Amino acid sequence: MHDQSIGGIDLQYYELCKRKLWLYRKGINMEEESDYVLQGKVLHERSYPRLLDKERLIDDAFAIDAIDGEYVREVKLSSKMSNADKMQMLFYLYQLSLRGIYKKGLISYTKERRTEEIELTESNQKQIISAIGGVYEIINLPTAPPVKKFPYCKSCAYYEFCYSREDD
Amino acid sequence: MLRDHYIFSNGRLKRKDNTVYFENEQGQKKALPIEAIQTLHLFGEIDLNSKFLTYISQYGISLQFYNYYGFYAGAYHPKEKKESGLVIVKQSAHYLDRDKRQFLAYQFLQGAVHHMLRNLRRHKESVQTHIDEIELIAQKLQFAKDIQSLMGIEGQIRHIYYQSFNHILKQDFLMEKREKQPPRDPLNALISFGNTLMYTAILGEIYKTPLNPTISYLHEPSVRRFSLCLDIAEIFKPLIVDSIIFALINKKSITKKHFEYLEKEICYLNEEGKKRFITAWEEKLGTSVKHRTLNRNTTYRYLLRLECYKLVKHVIDDQVYKPLKAWW
Repeated sequence: MHDQSIGGIDLQYYELCKRKLWLYRKGINMEEESDYVLQGKVLHERSYPRLLDKERLIDDAFAIDAIDGEYVREVKLSSKMSNADKMQMLFYLYQLSLRGIYKKGLISYTKERRTEEIELTESNQKQIISAIGGVYEIINLPTAPPVKKFPYCKSCAYYEFCYSREDD
Repeated sequence: MLRDHYIFSNGRLKRKDNTVYFENEQGQKKALPIEAIQTLHLFGEIDLNSKFLTYISQYGISLQFYNYYGFYAGAYHPKEKKESGLVIVKQSAHYLDRDKRQFLAYQFLQGAVHHMLRNLRRHKESVQTHIDEIELIAQKLQFAKDIQSLMGIEGQIRHIYYQSFNHILKQDFLMEKREKQPPRDPLNALISFGNTLMYTAILGEIYKTPLNPTISYLHEPSVRRFSLCLDIAEIFKPLIVDSIIFALINKKSITKKHFEYLEKEICYLNEEGKKRFITAWEEKLGTSVKHRTLNRNTTYRYLLRLECYKLVKHVIDDQVYKPLKAWW
């Protein structure tokens, strides 16, 4: 069944919203017009101007933002979704560890001017393995998981998609 | 906010460095704000080259071409970026299954009839009998066995609806019968022009969703290339186009002098007429209403997109489709 490779974004979405993960994986993409997404894109393009090891594709399966010495790095606008960001980073660290590369993660939150260090431990390794299984479960569902209301729905690119309906 | 831009003059569109210019026949150049444009509507005779096309494609801008008489000629759309195999497969499945197709076709007409009646109720005093008649016939829609009978009932409704125009319009714009190809009188010319704008606006929105515009339900796919636009347009023509026409005529913004005839047969809007229509059109599409479930101000143009989203949700078996029925 595991014929589709998954990446860091899938883990991030899995943590945020299972419905978003399913829609995204089915090619139902809303991100292009979102201002938040555009901001994030610009941020990525402008980050690490001195680093050569940027946007590295690992085994044609997933891409890592940047590698800086012993750290895998990610930049984020804000830490609002820090749990999801952490899962994304753990995914990278875990995948690298499977390939015999052991690194730590550094997530920079630019608006707050702070960074968070993430290490792959025994317990969060278990967590990420079960989340990877969870991602496959979601993307193999025949229909989208129903709308679940989160406080961050309003800033999601899928907001209009999920919440447009006709009430009589 | 992205907007549409209309060019009526003849001239040349070109890219110079990283800016797009329109140069008219007198050689005057005007820069176009490429980041702010969604669709360019070309009514004049325009020269352009592939360097220009590749550049605007990066910005996702589409071109709509109209002939001298304002009739739709065709479009250029940049490479699609929104495809979803699943949605195309499911969209087709809803066409191939008789009942599923019938359901969607019926829903489109429900939206259409709702908005036709909504228009007529604003002129109740003069068209009450028409309203009663349409309401009676519309009940037959739910018992229609196939698309053909749906279309037949829709034809009867539309006939009465257009007859009622004669009681609503304050100038002597007479509607004898609807003639599309080609329109032969000013009222038919207005309806045709408005429907063309509707069609291109819907196509523009469909392109921002994973829907395939060639797979349709009420209209037979392949009758016209992008028949899904025709399906969705059913809902919005009375809501948007017809109400613009009533306003333009009754406020005398458009009068008989805004029309011309080709070989005394084919009637079309002259340049000033087209401009007046488009001004009203842009104003209407930019008007917003507070959306009940989104709890956000939503423009009429964005309502077109939401209709597409609801269709996507329907075909992927997420949420059953219901057409927009203006509540405001």
